[in-house]
Amino acid sequence: MDVADHDERSGPRILVFSTNNISDPGIDLAGSRHLHYPSTVFTVTVPCSSAIKPTWILHAFESGFDGVFIGADGDECAYLPDCNARTARIAARAQTLMSEAGFEPQRVMMAALCSVCAEPFVNHMREFTEKMSALGRVRVLAS
Amino acid sequence: MSERRIGVYICHCGGNISDYVDVAAVRDAVKDLPDVVHAETSLFACSDGTQQDMIKMIRDQNLDGLVVASCSPKLHLFTFRGVSRRAGLNPFEYTQANIREQCSWAHTDDRAGATTKAIGLVKGAIAKTRESSALDPMAVQTTPASLVVGAGIAGLRAAIGLADLGLRVYLLERSATVGGWVGQFGPTFPNDRDGRAMVADLLEQLGERPTITLLTNAELTAKSGSFGNYEVTITVHGETESTVEATVGSIVIATGFDTYQPEIGEYGYGIDGVVTLAQFKELVEASPDGLRFADRPVRTVTYVYCVGNRQPGGNEYCSKYCCSATVHASLEVSAVDPSVHQYHLYRDIRTYGKYELLYEQSRKRGSVFMKFPDEVPPTVERTDDGRLLVTTRDTLSGNVDVTIPTDLVVLVTGMVPRENTELTKMLHLPVGADGFFNEIHPKLRPVETVVDGVMIAGTCQGPKTISESVASGLAAVAQSGAMLMKGVAELDPLVAVVDEGACTWCGECQQVCPYEAITAISVDGRDVATIDAAVCKGCGGCTSYCPSNAIDLLGATDAQMRALIENLVEVSVP
Repeated sequence: MDVADHDERSGPRILVFSTNNISDPGIDLAGSRHLHYPSTVFTVTVPCSSAIKPTWILHAFESGFDGVFIGADGDECAYLPDCNARTARIAARAQTLMSEAGFEPQRVMMAALCSVCAEPFVNHMREFTEKMSALGRVRVLAS
Repeated sequence: MSERRIGVYICHCGGNISDYVDVAAVRDAVKDLPDVVHAETSLFACSDGTQQDMIKMIRDQNLDGLVVASCSPKLHLFTFRGVSRRAGLNPFEYTQANIREQCSWAHTDDRAGATTKAIGLVKGAIAKTRESSALDPMAVQTTPASLVVGAGIAGLRAAIGLADLGLRVYLLERSATVGGWVGQFGPTFPNDRDGRAMVADLLEQLGERPTITLLTNAELTAKSGSFGNYEVTITVHGETESTVEATVGSIVIATGFDTYQPEIGEYGYGIDGVVTLAQFKELVEASPDGLRFADRPVRTVTYVYCVGNRQPGGNEYCSKYCCSATVHASLEVSAVDPSVHQYHLYRDIRTYGKYELLYEQSRKRGSVFMKFPDEVPPTVERTDDGRLLVTTRDTLSGNVDVTIPTDLVVLVTGMVPRENTELTKMLHLPVGADGFFNEIHPKLRPVETVVDGVMIAGTCQGPKTISESVASGLAAVAQSGAMLMKGVAELDPLVAVVDEGACTWCGECQQVCPYEAITAISVDGRDVATIDAAVCKGCGGCTSYCPSNAIDLLGATDAQMRALIENLVEVSVP
């Protein structure tokens, strides 16, 4: 069976929070153009990045993800003009929760992704994957 | 969660998925999961035959959840929600896993990795479906009437289109006269159609339609209600102030643009002989026997393009119409007197599409086009002996500096967003970084805003030509018709909901909701938040603020998202 063991052979697992109207089309476009990024990247979708609960980010690390990438809407968000500031607050609160739980806060990254940002997305995934590789597999740090 | 009965379909998409993902392995990995009663692969899940099979399977197996792993939900979410509905399964018990755009196509170089990822995505979708519940779309009766704000070319044309659909129309205009900018124009590109004549023609058509009420000197001063039934108050100014109350199903915003006003000193603005494009067009029209300025004949005209546009840190966008309008004006000048010298100092000429022919024509008639570098803009001065001089660096002639003695300098000024603070606030219109109104999706939903039933048309959305403005006005007409002609509209039920038991009413959610969807109600003697489903936009912005985790966004609830996340990868954290 053609199944890779992500735990043993492959690189760090990245969870991407994406938005339905803005970054999702950009990530879809990367696929449509057959631009490659690591298969250990998984995308989940919300309407607006301000809807991400900080506890979900913590839960991603508890579930075995090594990094969480938040695709923010930049200034394009059709819902909330200040969604970037709100999302930054969510990321900061998640980092606090992570520190308390023993995960390195630098495992969270946020960047603007537009609806045609196929190449920027792929570059982000490659770079973030490299960064998380350097950090090593997610683990609860001894306090 | 009690036992569920979930069906799973994994699509080959011809070979678009199965060439890069072992779809049989995906099926085998999920078929024995708890709550999965059926799993199969299909060559094309979206084909009519497979849809019929799914409907039969849902009914025969009495499924209460459906997962299709296929392409992006942007393509087929509504297809499979429809399959669910036809089979008697609630459409919100359906989940789509994107294993094409976000898996097979992105990992064509990694079959094993793509297959493992696809298994994770399908397991996640199953886990999310396990936490899903039936939701009913909200049905609202709609009023067959529309309000159009702004009676420029887009608003006028939209009002006529709405009336022709059989809708009652209120067209309001802030100023005393209708027609906007186009109503002040003479001949316009590409075929010399006269702006004033076009507006006069539209006004005549307006007069033939008694279901249109035109209100000038009028402003929208209050709005309440929600999509399908907005209660609006229009204040009409004049010797006596009066108000008009109306109920409308949709609102079309067509408030237009302002022209960029150069600063004194910007490219010599303020010097006698330096005018804007709008002033120049008036001058051309007022000089049918040869161009004159301040009672002197004009022998040389120098145009400076991109004034106030494409400026880093300022108006970074391109106004689209100004290159074509300027080239068209230069053709009018040469038609009257071919001996007038015309110099066009530009950064990029964007006479796109068919307007390219105007540019060719202008060059053939003797206009000289000189490209200046972004970092060295032309300078304009009037010398002590009264001559008007423009100095520019010509990148196409080895970067030499050229000084042009000229009679007239035309600053080609673009569009800027019009100030509309009150309206923006009242309707909660989304404004982009450039100051223009934002649509939901620039390609697929180009005239709708996130505020249901409120559309944007014309240049309030961004720079447009006349034809583009009218096209977007008519798109808003079609969209209004689609929303209102049935008399009943369904609203997406994916809104935020409050767990009254957990809510302690701190008021935080109310403060962060710009749509005013949240209020406090008293339940068993204590205050809790309540969210008006018809007003909520479903952004979820309040959910992350709640300190008691008492708010959930339907479709992406806490339980659904946690289940999804924890099922994507299977590892233990040391």
